[in-house]
Amino acid sequence: MIEIKLFPATGSFAENKDVARDIRVNTIIPALDRGVQATIDFKNVDSTTQSFIHALISDLIRKYGGEVLDKIYFKNCNETIQKIITIVVDYMQESES
Amino acid sequence: MKIYIPNSAFLGNIDPFLKSFDSSNPDKLDITANKNWISIHPIVLSMVAAVGLTVDPSGIKCEKLEATSKHYLERMGLFKLLGIKSDIEITIHEPAGRFIPLTTIIDSRGLSSFITDMIPLLHLQPDQAEPIKYVISELVRNVIEHAQSEKGAIVCAQYYKKSHTIRIGIADTGIGIKKSINVSHNAPTNLDAIKLALTPGITGATRREGGTEFNAGAGLFFTKSIAKVNRDFFMIYSGNAMYKLLKDKSKRGMKLNADPFKDRHSENDNLPGWKGTVVGVDISLDETKDFSILLDLVRDLYIKTIKERKKIRFKRPRFI
Repeated sequence: MIEIKLFPATGSFAENKDVARDIRVNTIIPALDRGVQATIDFKNVDSTTQSFIHALISDLIRKYGGEVLDKIYFKNCNETIQKIITIVVDYMQESES
Repeated sequence: MKIYIPNSAFLGNIDPFLKSFDSSNPDKLDITANKNWISIHPIVLSMVAAVGLTVDPSGIKCEKLEATSKHYLERMGLFKLLGIKSDIEITIHEPAGRFIPLTTIIDSRGLSSFITDMIPLLHLQPDQAEPIKYVISELVRNVIEHAQSEKGAIVCAQYYKKSHTIRIGIADTGIGIKKSINVSHNAPTNLDAIKLALTPGITGATRREGGTEFNAGAGLFFTKSIAKVNRDFFMIYSGNAMYKLLKDKSKRGMKLNADPFKDRHSENDNLPGWKGTVVGVDISLDETKDFSILLDLVRDLYIKTIKERKKIRFKRPRFI
């Protein structure tokens, strides 16, 4: 299991999609390809955008299918962040079904 | 080009200002203004600055301003940004609690630092700051990613004490929505393109449902939805077309629409051509609904919209 702390890269408002893509491409995907699960830690992140979450995880669902959600954990998310992640996850699964 | 700064131009009454813009002779810009009083939405300043930045400073002529409130233009940084001199003298006060002067943002890093610096200037509570950060991030990111604007996004904002509202204006002089959306879709007119751009799940980056790994096609829809649930104005102008979300005065429960033309709105596709895109939005701090309620509404509509779009593409049985 790897743990990715977002706050040092994003600050309290996670909106920079370039950062999201960087984390996905350089950290999450290599871990999943090695069979290692990933925890994305939102500690100290107060808010985010749908675009950021889309850039962070949509391609994982497209590449690996909805089953990838059994290998990724979202930690320390407040209610708003949980809702935005849920919107993106539902949207991608509905789109790909 | 000629641009006239009127006595009053806010999103509710901005149409005459847009109609008066003269885009001919793009190497020169004449700026004139009402002689008595200038009271304008930040979008007007963003537009003047955006067109001004496409012209060499030697080609910009700004008449001597006489309005009592002329110092506002200086204070918002219009002349400094355009590289022209004004004879307006002002006493610089600490800007906190009042406004964000005209700022050019050209890349992702610039946007992140702008958002970080902006919130303390507006002196907002965290729950008030949330939709404002969200809106600015999504709108400016659209410019950075899709507009191909050499000068980036021109942004400014102002807090209005009387209405307890933050008004935001973002303008660019890039390729415009029609050209951007038509990379993947078929929008014959500027208004068709605006409609598609406001529809959830539609992005110029792909026709594919779900978007690309980088674009979901939801930024403008979220922004319009924030304005709608707060019963605020939202305006988008590109090419010769403008769409304006009007304040929803109904007392019924709030309902979001995937089709922006089903919202209470006005439209005009006979305006002077704007090379690029302009977006103005008001966020009333009194009316700010819990962001998480908005997200519930968005989620429901988003999923419903995809299901409906996919159903349209279903093959139908042929009965003979």
